[in-house]
Amino acid sequence: MNIALFLEMAADAAPDRIALVCDGTRWTYADLLAGARGAAALIRQSEVAHVALLDESSEAAVMALFGAALAGVPYVPLNYRLADADLGALLARISPALIVGDGARVRRLCPDAANVIVSRADFVEQAQALAGDAPVDADAGDDVAIQLFTSGTTAAPKAAILRHANLVSYILGTVEFAAAPEEDAALVSVPPYHIAGIAALLSSIYAMRRILMLPAFAPDAWLNLAAAERASNAFVVPTMLARIIEAMGQMVANGASQPDLSALRAIAYGGGKMPTELIHDALDLFPTTGFTNAYGLTETSSTVALLGPDEHRAAHGSDDPVVRARLGSVGRPLPTVEIEIRDEDGRVLPPGVPGEIYVRGEQVSGEYRERSALDADGWFPTRDAGYIDADGYLFLSGRADDVIVRGGENISPGEIEDVVMTHPAVAEAAAVAIPSHEWGEAVGLIVVPRAGHSAPDEDELKQMVRARLRSSRVPERVLFADTLPYNEMGKLLRREIKTLFAR
Amino acid sequence: MKPGTKLKSAACDTEVMVIRCGEGAIECGGAAMGEAKPEAVGTPSADFAAGTLMGKRYVDAAGTFELLCVKPGKGSLSVDGVALQVKDAKPLPASD
Repeated sequence: MNIALFLEMAADAAPDRIALVCDGTRWTYADLLAGARGAAALIRQSEVAHVALLDESSEAAVMALFGAALAGVPYVPLNYRLADADLGALLARISPALIVGDGARVRRLCPDAANVIVSRADFVEQAQALAGDAPVDADAGDDVAIQLFTSGTTAAPKAAILRHANLVSYILGTVEFAAAPEEDAALVSVPPYHIAGIAALLSSIYAMRRILMLPAFAPDAWLNLAAAERASNAFVVPTMLARIIEAMGQMVANGASQPDLSALRAIAYGGGKMPTELIHDALDLFPTTGFTNAYGLTETSSTVALLGPDEHRAAHGSDDPVVRARLGSVGRPLPTVEIEIRDEDGRVLPPGVPGEIYVRGEQVSGEYRERSALDADGWFPTRDAGYIDADGYLFLSGRADDVIVRGGENISPGEIEDVVMTHPAVAEAAAVAIPSHEWGEAVGLIVVPRAGHSAPDEDELKQMVRARLRSSRVPERVLFADTLPYNEMGKLLRREIKTLFAR
Repeated sequence: MKPGTKLKSAACDTEVMVIRCGEGAIECGGAAMGEAKPEAVGTPSADFAAGTLMGKRYVDAAGTFELLCVKPGKGSLSVDGVALQVKDAKPLPASD
């Protein structure tokens, strides 16, 4: 099975339908398939081990993804935001590669004569030129389709690999072929090196939902594109949603006309923790839009659990605290995926008890270039911590590595943060482990005061935690800051916060 | 036969991709499917002429066989003479 099948089927069913809109240019399914076949010819000629992309999203990302698949060479989209030293190390690991994008940077960081370097424009032009004579046969798809480097916060980035079989299983299990009406369009603003960006391409092409590509996210550009192309669907990370809502608020304040988002039926989000207040605001601001929270990892081929539109509305409108709390959950597992919570000894835990999240299913790769992380029964330890409630809803409480171990007691940062965030003068809060002579680790709390409020009293915050949780959860130290460090996908960088306490 | 094998009908235009399979003959329009298209394509037998639909998955009762229709045709699918059914999938909201 080869993921290129999805593009072949779409191009077969409706060759002239618009598949992709990027920077004002429209590409049909036939255009993209021809480009992918031409790209595959170029890749085969180049005799490389990997096809890399060091560029923002564009039609070249689609042609490189499917071209690499047709040629049977792993596709490796790289994070162009990485520092030179980190990017150089990754480039050295994928040589010899055909690298599309910022050639000058590649040559500077990795002067390796074995690489074939081509700009975005040249790649697309060559792919189109070769398309006419390119073979239509696809590689059997028995091997690796995509290799993504993890962000590497604890050690050198790991090369996660997704096989064609994992991705085909994910798409067939979650998307109905050609299910999208012709007027539907999905706004894709996540970068091409993120699993959500890749999954968005595969899902939209198989559903035959026109892709509206926004190469660099900015809230005004997002709103304008959504209105101009009448986007019906969008995927955002929580920080994007916050900035979109903020921009809409400013338009109201300035008396500017609001963009027409009447076509926007569905917004899916994931990739980081959604603040509860923000999702409540979004549900009020978009009363007819269906919201879906998707939880997944690179190693699981994207989504493994989701909280659907009806569950969002039910939680938002409920007075029952249990139902209302579900807005903070990531929903229930996909029908094709199993999820278990286990303790440190690998024992399966009952509902309500926190532990490490394990995932199993055909879409789950759990595999790195160096080794597979799957256990003997095919379960993948995600290193995410969480619990499942009595009704099967999965709640995340951070990375297992972020758990604070105080005198042998496991403390999840999320429980402390949730309590502190209820203080009216607190805009953001993060709890991390800090070294303690007495306990091994203790709780360090960093707080961003809300604009227009003076910083809350340190003892008051400690008292709140003591009253709502228990004394072991009380922060030993409290710091105040203007902002917290996040990466470009909105993930909190706890490692950097720890260094603030070390000063 | 391994997953990913593409099979062609000897009785119509249907083509399928094998997603999973066990022991047994995969047929379309009542005739065995093969990796090569026969030079003379016949017509579907009356019992297996309901047609195939692009993008639908077809399964047997035991879930041993699963075929994805990648090109539709007039014949319908069976394994050892037993008709396959369209796999019912609960629609999920788009999540990416």
